[in-house]
Amino acid sequence: MMASSYNAKDEDGHITVSGPGGGTLRSKKPENTAFKQQRLPAWQPILTAGTVLPAFFIIGLIFIPIGIGLYVTSNNIKEFEIDYTGVDMSSPCFNCSQNFSWNSTRPCTCTIPFYLDQPYENNVFMYYGLSNFYQNHRRYVKSRDDSQLNGDLESLMKPSKECEPYAYHENKPIAPCGAIANSMFNGEPVSCCAHQTHSSFHLYLICLFTSLADTLELFYNDPNGTKIQIPMTATGIAWWTDKHVKFRNPTDNANLTAVFQGTTKPVNWRRPVYELDTDPQNNGFINEDFIVWMRTAALPTFRKLYRIIPKKNSMVPTLLRGNYTLEVVYNYPVRSFEGRKRMILSTISWMGGKNPFLGIAYITVGSVCFFLGVVLLIIHHKYGNRNNSADIAN
Amino acid sequence: MDFSLLRNIISRYCVGEENWVDSRTVYIGHKEPPPGAEAYIPQRYPDNRIVSSKYTFWNFIPKNLFEQFRRIANFYFLVIFLVQLIIDTPTSPVTSGLPLFFVITVTAIKQGYEDWLRHKADCSINECPVDVVQQGKVVRTQSHKLRVGDIVMVREDETFPCDLILLSSSRHDGTCYVTTTSLDGESSHKTYYAVPDTMAFRTEQEVGSLHATIEYFVGRINIYKDKEEPVARPLGAENLLLRGATLKNTQRIYAVAVYTGMETKMALNYQSKSQKRSAVEKSMNAFLIVINTVLKYAWQWSPDRDEPWYNHRTENERQRHVVPFTDFLAFMVLFNYIIPVSMYVTVEMQKFLGSYFITWDEEMFDEELGEGAQVNTSDLNEELGQVEYVFTDKTGTLTENNMEFIECCVDGNVYIPHAICNGQILSAEHEDLFFRALCLCHTVQVKEEETVDGIKRGIHQGRPTSFYISSSPDEVALVEGMKRLGYTYLRLKDNYMEILNKDDEIERFKLLHVLNFDSVRRRMSVIVKSKYLLFCKGADSSIFPRVVSGKVEQVKARVEQNAVEGLRTLCVAYRRLSESEYEEACHHLTEAKLALQDREQRLAQAYDIIERDFVLLGATAVEDRLQEKAADTIESLHKAGMKVWVLTGDKMETAAATCYASKLFRRSTQILELTKKRTEEQSLHDVLFELNRTVLRQRSISGLSVDCLDFGLIIDGATLSAVLKPNQEGAGHGNYREIFLEICRNCSAVLCCRMAPLQKAQIVKLIKASKEHPITLAIGDGANDVSMILEAHVGIGIMGKEGRQAARNSDYAIPKFKHLKKMLLVHGHYYYIRIAELVQYFFYKNVCFIFPQFLYQFFCGFSQQPLYDTAYLTLYNISFTSLPILLYSLVEQHVTVETLKREPSLYRDIAKNSLLRWPVFLYWTCLGVFDAVIFFFGAYFLFDNTTFTSNGQMFGNWTFGTLVFTVLVFTVTLKLALDTHHWTWINHFVIWGSLLFYVIFSLLWGGIIWPFLNYQRMYYVFMQMLSSGPAWLSIILLITVSLLPDVIKKVLCRAISSNLFHSINHPGRPLRLKALSISVI
Repeated sequence: MMASSYNAKDEDGHITVSGPGGGTLRSKKPENTAFKQQRLPAWQPILTAGTVLPAFFIIGLIFIPIGIGLYVTSNNIKEFEIDYTGVDMSSPCFNCSQNFSWNSTRPCTCTIPFYLDQPYENNVFMYYGLSNFYQNHRRYVKSRDDSQLNGDLESLMKPSKECEPYAYHENKPIAPCGAIANSMFNGEPVSCCAHQTHSSFHLYLICLFTSLADTLELFYNDPNGTKIQIPMTATGIAWWTDKHVKFRNPTDNANLTAVFQGTTKPVNWRRPVYELDTDPQNNGFINEDFIVWMRTAALPTFRKLYRIIPKKNSMVPTLLRGNYTLEVVYNYPVRSFEGRKRMILSTISWMGGKNPFLGIAYITVGSVCFFLGVVLLIIHHKYGNRNNSADIAN
Repeated sequence: MDFSLLRNIISRYCVGEENWVDSRTVYIGHKEPPPGAEAYIPQRYPDNRIVSSKYTFWNFIPKNLFEQFRRIANFYFLVIFLVQLIIDTPTSPVTSGLPLFFVITVTAIKQGYEDWLRHKADCSINECPVDVVQQGKVVRTQSHKLRVGDIVMVREDETFPCDLILLSSSRHDGTCYVTTTSLDGESSHKTYYAVPDTMAFRTEQEVGSLHATIEYFVGRINIYKDKEEPVARPLGAENLLLRGATLKNTQRIYAVAVYTGMETKMALNYQSKSQKRSAVEKSMNAFLIVINTVLKYAWQWSPDRDEPWYNHRTENERQRHVVPFTDFLAFMVLFNYIIPVSMYVTVEMQKFLGSYFITWDEEMFDEELGEGAQVNTSDLNEELGQVEYVFTDKTGTLTENNMEFIECCVDGNVYIPHAICNGQILSAEHEDLFFRALCLCHTVQVKEEETVDGIKRGIHQGRPTSFYISSSPDEVALVEGMKRLGYTYLRLKDNYMEILNKDDEIERFKLLHVLNFDSVRRRMSVIVKSKYLLFCKGADSSIFPRVVSGKVEQVKARVEQNAVEGLRTLCVAYRRLSESEYEEACHHLTEAKLALQDREQRLAQAYDIIERDFVLLGATAVEDRLQEKAADTIESLHKAGMKVWVLTGDKMETAAATCYASKLFRRSTQILELTKKRTEEQSLHDVLFELNRTVLRQRSISGLSVDCLDFGLIIDGATLSAVLKPNQEGAGHGNYREIFLEICRNCSAVLCCRMAPLQKAQIVKLIKASKEHPITLAIGDGANDVSMILEAHVGIGIMGKEGRQAARNSDYAIPKFKHLKKMLLVHGHYYYIRIAELVQYFFYKNVCFIFPQFLYQFFCGFSQQPLYDTAYLTLYNISFTSLPILLYSLVEQHVTVETLKREPSLYRDIAKNSLLRWPVFLYWTCLGVFDAVIFFFGAYFLFDNTTFTSNGQMFGNWTFGTLVFTVLVFTVTLKLALDTHHWTWINHFVIWGSLLFYVIFSLLWGGIIWPFLNYQRMYYVFMQMLSSGPAWLSIILLITVSLLPDVIKKVLCRAISSNLFHSINHPGRPLRLKALSISVI
């Protein structure tokens, strides 16, 4: 009689057969694939002084020339900035800034003379700048109705509640609604041009004091004493996509007055949105000044494109060296939040406006990389040779 | 179900005495006792329903939600979500509500499914049919309808439905055989005895007419016979059949239910497995607190801004703003992305998917068993890389648990089975007796091949056969050894043991008494009748003192030699009993067995009286071979800095020999002994202090020299319990526990022998609670290891010979001990590295993400204006940066598998949570903050008052945010690329794919006027940005600058560590590799 010892068994009494012939072997065996066995072929780079070294030199060699190029370009850009807020007693706009009242119908104008010490070639861009103005405040940023601005008729009559408290005024929907539109900075002097009565081209906006907005005009003081207004264009200052896709009047109907029937103008505006410009292509929601303002700035100190002074011809600089006068219809109150208002004249290169930071940053980073490359080279020379000999064969 | 049952078996043995005090009187068959005997007090007991499920259909949703939100992370996100609902917040509630909802739903479905399975299991148990004797008839009913006092009939191979007292059995002697395989994995048949007065009952009528009460607490049954005094009989453990055990080899039994349902001993101590929380999760909670502080500071920074004329509040907002707390909440919402829900999802996914690599591992597949490694919980993958203490069982774990009879020695003559042929055995009297003794003195049963399983087995073996079963593999080995020497034990029939001797004659011995083995006596005896012989076999230490004659010296020498070789030795002796001596012995035994009180003690006394005046016959040696590569594995674990403890029930010499063989102790190891033998000579106090001094002295010396002696400690169960015993003698003796721990800390290897299962768990608990809070791992194969497996941080079960209980209760199950090496050194290491990078990288990328947001608040009047568009906020963690890190955390290999296996010391690099400690965390935080500052201020200075385009037009705040975000996405993805050491095609695909996806998404997102959105703020923003030269230049510049510090740090670390390597005069691979893994960090 033969016997063998009792063998491995399961808890439910089944005897697991050991040795050859155990039935379920193959099915349970894990598959021998590279992924499951964690044996996928792999590239195993190791960052050592030796491998990183060339990269540092290359970065250095590329960045420094770029930086120099940027810096030179930036330096060639001419920029002139003038603060016309009128905080100082001596400032021409002091009076205007002091006498602000919400109900005044009389515009306050001030004239600021300045001198450009070099001629500005090519297109010159005129910006207005505001400081300490929180266009990026959360309550402000969201206070708009993009559907309304996109010409949605329903939204025109029923502005989004995001526009609160600038959605309804006297039970009429505001078009355009929201805090952003309500606080628009730049207005349109154009429609009042017919009423200019003064020889010095001052705008007496008696009849149609447009809005809360400031209006900026630039005059060249000819050496022989005459003031010549610099012609400026108000188109091309907004993003093409904004003007043609994102912002749309409710209908393409030329008669905007009828379209906006039943709505009311923003509280701080003196004119409704359909009277922003006489040009139907620049009126209503697709008014470029309006669009520019509606693109909220990232930082509390910002500038926005106001006008473009197109170049006349390649022979004569757009703005000659000499004395200029900036005439401001001073409406926009900034004293209450200690803001500042500026006017900027700038030329533009391929890399945009004057910004020495980028060039300097490139030069610095390039130099640092180069320097680090040298340091690493030393390290590599000291220890690297031995490293190579003992390198890991993975 | 099995878990709870098993746990209760354990706790039953561990807890020992149950502590209910009420008198429990069971009226068998619900019959009142005869009037006058005692008052009939009907008692109410619960029915036999078992409930292991957590939820019911009705309470599932509330209870499950409650359970889930008890997790601090989930609760945190819930609060965020509610805040977003209530107050006017920068981001919409959807951004945090959607992921949270997703996570909660998935978890709930998973838990619901598991509970449904439990319900089904409960149901099948509760519905299972049971035969109950009612009015003398057998009635079939369902298990859950059983009541205390019912008489139950159980047939062969049926499982006991509740705790029963055996009344009668179909066997003549009133015994029945039971296996507890499903409870503790022990397959041997245990014998239980019927109450003597009722064992004669054969039919249900007879049983049904039984009139008796059981006073369970006293352990007495009162049987009322017609108009007679009640007969009181003692009840003991041998009468109690436990729920879950199975009846074997007995046609049927009648028994009375004494405990039902949740009162059965298994169910009483049911406790849900405590959630093992991993160390990483704890670190994450610490991070959460830090984040909260940051939030608070951010809030305090926010001044109360006025409303400028251009930006008025609505009336509602004005009213709400009276509560200053809303600002705090709004900031919380804005910054809560720093600990995103997606991190928890990613971590869970990483753990779940990552654990498949263990089950897939071909190297951990055992051809013989036909099984690979199993993962029972994936929560602990990274803890595998943190193990400091390994507690291992010896038998079946380090060794094969495949006992082989090596030799026997009779009066100094050595017999080795395969070396001799039949007939060479001297037919001296002692030899004859010796072999008969071994054939008779055991509790081995012969399993006849009659069951289905047996037939299957028989076919496989190619011969119809019977085989031996015993709870002790040693006994089987001995009986088989005897067979090979020519003496075959055939069977036990009608109390006669039959032996086929070497002359092929059948010898029959009447078995009179079995004096069972117990671990105190460490011997067992049988009394057989041919001429009243008592055979005894047992441990040398318990036999030699009782020997009066025989060649003690020769045998002793042989035994010691064998013990040193690691063989398990037993001594065999006999005693001739005269008629009167036998009568006396019988008298002692029956008296002790019938004692109502102190039965155990009196039995022991009786045994003591009977087992003496032995004549020594000889000794046996049985080998338990070491498992394949056990020594190699232990050596690797040592090199990896783990302390290995062997916990065994074996005797010291054998265990020590195994330890030497498995290289746990080396020749150079200085052994410290803390054994009963020693503490008998000196007081425990002195021994402890002396050992402590030795260890400390050594340490102070080794402070100077590089390589030191390592210590090995041997402690036995008795001494251990003395050490762990709470000290009542006052403070004077100090705390032994602390001293003991101090000694252990300085020993690289500890051997605990003569341990009870409970003590194993105690040891683990002791180390776990020591002040360093090391991560412990317990590995074992048997039911006696389950307690320690459950106690340790990581429990590993070996799919061994002693059943599946260990494997089922473990966190991971492996086929062989050798697989532990790959499990810890490779998988554990990888998982730890991966999860560490995952957690820190997640933190880093969210610091990079949120810190610019934080900085932006200083420039937007603390108005909680988000810097990024909502889509970017939501998708950043979900799709732009999630896949690369997930895949990284699945496939990263900073060093190859082969290297990890070859160099166990690499494991030390990640010991003590080194990659998740504060300095590392601080580095990641600093890097994150640095990068965030670069992103933000880089963009700030570029945007500051200047034009970006060549047509003079200006950009707005969304372009600003998009610029920062683009740099951010590229930087964090490239940072991960820098950290990747193992570039498979998957890494390439997800890293470059993610970046591409970001670009495509942005183009699409800004490409059209989205009709369903009420804002079009992103329209053409991305394209406009890309059309600007300076934007490109600044993106490249900012990415370069952000990555620069990390590259430099990596290169320098490598240089320094390789420098370190060369300055030491041991040029070899270990340190070089160490350098490699340092630079990984």
